[in-house]
Amino acid sequence: MKNKVPLYFLLFALTALFLGMLFGLTASFQYLLPDFLKETVPFSKLRPFHVTSETSWIVLAATGSIYFFIASVEKFELFSRKLQSLHFILFLLTGVAIYFSFAFDYTEGREYFAFKPILMIPILLGWVLFGINYFKTLYTNMKGWPVYFWMWGTGIAFMCYHLMEAHFWLFDFFRLNFIKDFAVQWKSTGSFTGSWNMLVYGISIYLMSKIKKDTDVATNKMAFFFYFLGLTNLMFGWAHHTYLLPTQPWIRYVAYAISMTEWIVLASIIYNWKRSVLKVEKENHPMAYRFLLATDFWIFINIILALLFSIPAINFFTHGTHITVAHSMGTTIGINTTILFSALFFIAQHLRPKLKMDTRWVMRGFVAFNISLFIFFVSLIIAGAKRSYWMYVSKEGSFAEMQDSIVPYYISFFIFGIGIFVSLLIVATPIFKAFLQKIKT
Amino acid sequence: MVSNPRPYIFIMAILLALFGFYNYVIYNTDGYVAVEKLSPVAVKGQQLFQSNRCWSCHQLYGLGGYLGPDLTNVYSTEGKGPNYIKAFLNSGVKSMPQFHFTEEEKDALVEYLKQVDETGIYPNYDAEIEATGWVKIKYRNEE
Repeated sequence: MKNKVPLYFLLFALTALFLGMLFGLTASFQYLLPDFLKETVPFSKLRPFHVTSETSWIVLAATGSIYFFIASVEKFELFSRKLQSLHFILFLLTGVAIYFSFAFDYTEGREYFAFKPILMIPILLGWVLFGINYFKTLYTNMKGWPVYFWMWGTGIAFMCYHLMEAHFWLFDFFRLNFIKDFAVQWKSTGSFTGSWNMLVYGISIYLMSKIKKDTDVATNKMAFFFYFLGLTNLMFGWAHHTYLLPTQPWIRYVAYAISMTEWIVLASIIYNWKRSVLKVEKENHPMAYRFLLATDFWIFINIILALLFSIPAINFFTHGTHITVAHSMGTTIGINTTILFSALFFIAQHLRPKLKMDTRWVMRGFVAFNISLFIFFVSLIIAGAKRSYWMYVSKEGSFAEMQDSIVPYYISFFIFGIGIFVSLLIVATPIFKAFLQKIKT
Repeated sequence: MVSNPRPYIFIMAILLALFGFYNYVIYNTDGYVAVEKLSPVAVKGQQLFQSNRCWSCHQLYGLGGYLGPDLTNVYSTEGKGPNYIKAFLNSGVKSMPQFHFTEEEKDALVEYLKQVDETGIYPNYDAEIEATGWVKIKYRNEE
């Protein structure tokens, strides 16, 4: 294997994942002991480290996987290996700069992009380089793209746009009008998530077609129907985050209507459930297959939750509570992370076909991960329900009293957060080994 | 391989055109209630709100962190207001560290929260929940 840059991306991504979890665990400990480290590393300092590391995990793992699939599985000649290396170096250096920015409190940015806004320039440049390499490579190598190539291309293009949009607040035209500014901020954040979902869901379809050895999964009309449905949601479905913001009502009507189209996705999942499970060819990629099965489960749970709180009458009670956190954790860990681990196992197996991946320890880690995530998720739902009850039903007691009443769920959230960390570390061990051995050879 | 990608390219073109138009309208649409633009002092307060990562723990309109309370209407809530806000900034509380803001900075933060308060209501207790699942929120100018 001559081109090792995709593996560098993947190792970088795994490092971000585990560092991010450490930051997250330290921060969440402050829910249990509010005075703990609050003057030295307060929650407000740790949260940007956690959020940026975890979004980096998703984005870097998706990027590395796509580069690997194109160059090493499809065996397309990459348009420019130099651009690919430059892309990696840019992201690596910017990552280090962002950590410094957080450590020394250069945090003029906003939620999810708290770092100094100037650091968005190299990030954008990296995405542009990725886009040039991606589109040029595919243009010369392939006609009639399967749906995952469309999804990756869309993800890259929309990522560039929404990263810029997330910084429109730098202009007074937006900034001075609080409601418009706030709406655009949450529009861009919602669509930023939609953009990385395009990359990650494209990876899941790619893996399914490769594991099943069935190209029809990625080329039939139904696959394209769901792609365009997802794209429509990415473009117009963001405003359910802002139902309670006094924007023009039509913005919220559009969001409500678009969000409800996701019932079609749910119906399809239920309809195809048995068929997809039975048809999968699992022998060659046992762990990649198992993680995709876990994805199926987490999509099912999360889409029900998302659909429910896209209904304004339900959103009214769940908005601003931990139920929203349960959804974001459920999707980033339950869906994005399981798909990306499936990709990592697929790649590791591709690099070292004889290496046994589904060892007893890895299997134990896989089961522990899913159980921990489930209890973690349920703890947040209960904490959110209690907060909502305090806000809209009892309306009694102070905020601090309400927080004290949900400490048992924070304890459970913290303990099973450790469970997720340890189990993923166990699961990731053979992947680390396979990648590092390949880099050394 | 897809044998005929033309219909998909056509759908993509339509979606992109709609997206462009939609964005143009969103960017040029103000909030439902006409309010004053943020004053220079409020902008300074907003900068402090961002650079001190207040959003990590606090929310505005239910968006932000979960460790502290929502601040949308902290300025106008009975029993709270400017002095209440400044007291918390001076001393910190529980997991909130003590911030060492100057008097001018505290005024800027209070001014920002005042102007945010003027834009609307959260939690919107007087909103009407309709049978269609829609929620008709109550606006500031309907008080």
